[in-house]
Amino acid sequence: MSAAVPTHAGIRLQQYLWRHPGIARLGVVLMLFAVWEIAARWFVDPMFLSPPSKVLFAFGDVLATRGVPAALRVTFFELAVAFAIAVVIGLVVGLAVGLSKFGNRSVMPIVLLLYGIPQITILPIFILYFGIGPASKIAFGVTHGMFPIVMAVVAGVQNIKPILMVSARSMGASHWQLLRYVIYPHMIPSFFSGMRLGMTGVLLGVLLAELYVSTAGIGYFTSVFTQNFDPTKLLGLVAILAAMAIVLNEFVRRAEVHFARWRD
Amino acid sequence: MSSPRRKFKDRFASRLVQVGFLVVVLLLWYLATTRWGVNKLLLPNPLNVWDQLADVIRKGEYLNDLRITLTELAVAFVISTVSGTLLGYAISRSPYLIKVFEPLFAGIYSIPIILFLPLYVLFFGLGPASKIALGTTISFFPVVLSTIAGFGNVDKVLVTAARSMGASDYQLFRFVLVPAALPVILSGLRMGFTVALLSVIGSETIASLAGLGHRIVNLAENMDMARMFAYIVFVIAIAASLNTVVSVLEARGRRQR
Repeated sequence: MSAAVPTHAGIRLQQYLWRHPGIARLGVVLMLFAVWEIAARWFVDPMFLSPPSKVLFAFGDVLATRGVPAALRVTFFELAVAFAIAVVIGLVVGLAVGLSKFGNRSVMPIVLLLYGIPQITILPIFILYFGIGPASKIAFGVTHGMFPIVMAVVAGVQNIKPILMVSARSMGASHWQLLRYVIYPHMIPSFFSGMRLGMTGVLLGVLLAELYVSTAGIGYFTSVFTQNFDPTKLLGLVAILAAMAIVLNEFVRRAEVHFARWRD
Repeated sequence: MSSPRRKFKDRFASRLVQVGFLVVVLLLWYLATTRWGVNKLLLPNPLNVWDQLADVIRKGEYLNDLRITLTELAVAFVISTVSGTLLGYAISRSPYLIKVFEPLFAGIYSIPIILFLPLYVLFFGLGPASKIALGTTISFFPVVLSTIAGFGNVDKVLVTAARSMGASDYQLFRFVLVPAALPVILSGLRMGFTVALLSVIGSETIASLAGLGHRIVNLAENMDMARMFAYIVFVIAIAASLNTVVSVLEARGRRQR
C-alpha cells in the first residue's frame, strides 16, 4: 500500500487509526468524557454537574436509593406493555388497511391525519383519563408507537409484486396459504423496521409521560434528584435509562437485520 | 395518460375522508356531552370550547405564550441548523471522518434525547434556556446526519468533471456540491424543525414557567377543561401551519436549486 516504511511510533499510530476508524471513534468519545471530567472537576459548580468518574461510582448508590429499582421495573413494564400493544394494533390495522383497497382508501387518510397531530399537546388529557399511574404512560406510549408500525406494515404489504399474488392464486393457493407463504415473508422486513421506529416512539411516549407526572416510575426520581441538586445521582439514573433504551433499540435492530436476511 | 388527473382525484378523495372523519368525531363529541351525559370535567362541550377559542383569540391572551414558544423554537432551530450544517460539511469532506463520526452521531440519535431534559433543567433552570437546549440537541442530529449524507454522497464524476473544466473551490461548492446535496439537507432541516417544535412544546409541558405547553398544563391543573381544549386546538393549528410552511419552503428549495 503506502511506500513509506513507518519509521517511528507516531506514523504507525496514524496508519493504525487510518485503518481502524472505530478506534478513532472510541478516542473521540474518550476525549469528550475527558473534557466533561475536567470541566466538572475544576470549572463548574458541583451543585450542577458531576464528573463522569464520580457518576460511574455512583451507579451503586443510585440503585441502592430506596424505590429506584422498583421505579426502573415499573418503567420497563410500561415500555414492554406499551410496545406489545402498539405492535398488535399496528399489525392488525396495517394488515387491514394494506390488504384491502377500500381500507386503504378510507382508513389511510385518517391514519395520516392522526399521525400529524403533535401528541405532546394532548398529554394532559391522557393523564386526566388514565390517571397518574402506569396506565397513562402505557397509553401515551402506545399512541406514539403504533403509527410508525401501521405505516411500515401498509408499505410492506403494498410492495408485494402483484404477479406473486396472482401466480400464487392461479396455482390454487387458499387465503390462508397466500397470507402464510406470500404476504408474511414479504412483510417481515418492513414490519421489523416499523417495529424499530415503533420502539423509538414507545420510548419517547413513555418517557415523556413519566417526566410529566409520575408517582412510581423513574420520572418521580428524576424530579427528586433535580430538586435536591444531586447531579451525580441524576446523571447515573439518566445513564441507566439511556443504557436501557440502547439495549431495547439494539434488540429490535438486530431482529430487523436477522429477519431481513432472506432478501439478499 | 390520465395519471395526474387520477392523482388529483385520489388526493381529493382522501381529503374528503379526512374532513368526514373530523365531522363524525365532532358530532360524536357533541352527542357525548349533550345526550350521553359524559362528565364535563372529562369532556367539555365542543360549542363551549369554540367560545373559549374565540375568546382566547379575541383577547390576544395567547400572544405572550406564543411569542415565547416561537422564540425558543427559532433560537434552537437556528443554532442546530448552523452548527449541524457547518459540522456536517466539515466532516463530509473526508471519507475517513465520515467513518469516524457518522456512526457516533447515529448512535447518540437513537437514544431518546428527552432523557436529557432533567439535566438541562438542572443546568439552565426552568426558563427558556432549558427548552432551547433540548430543542437544539434534538434537532441537531437529523440536520448533521443529513448534511453528511448529502455532501458525502455527491457523485464523484460530477466533481471530477467540474474540476477538469477548471472550477474554483467556490464554484465547485456553489454549482456542484450544494445543488447535489440540497434535497437531502432540506429534508433533514424539515425533520429538525418538526422535532424542535415538538421538543420545545414538550419541555414546556413537563417543566417551565411560560409558553404554550405551560399554558395547557396550567389550565389542566386548574381543571379549566373548555379553555384547555381550546388551547390544544390552537396549538395543533399553529403546529400544523408551521409544518406546512416548512414543507412548502422545502419543496420550493428543491425546485429552485
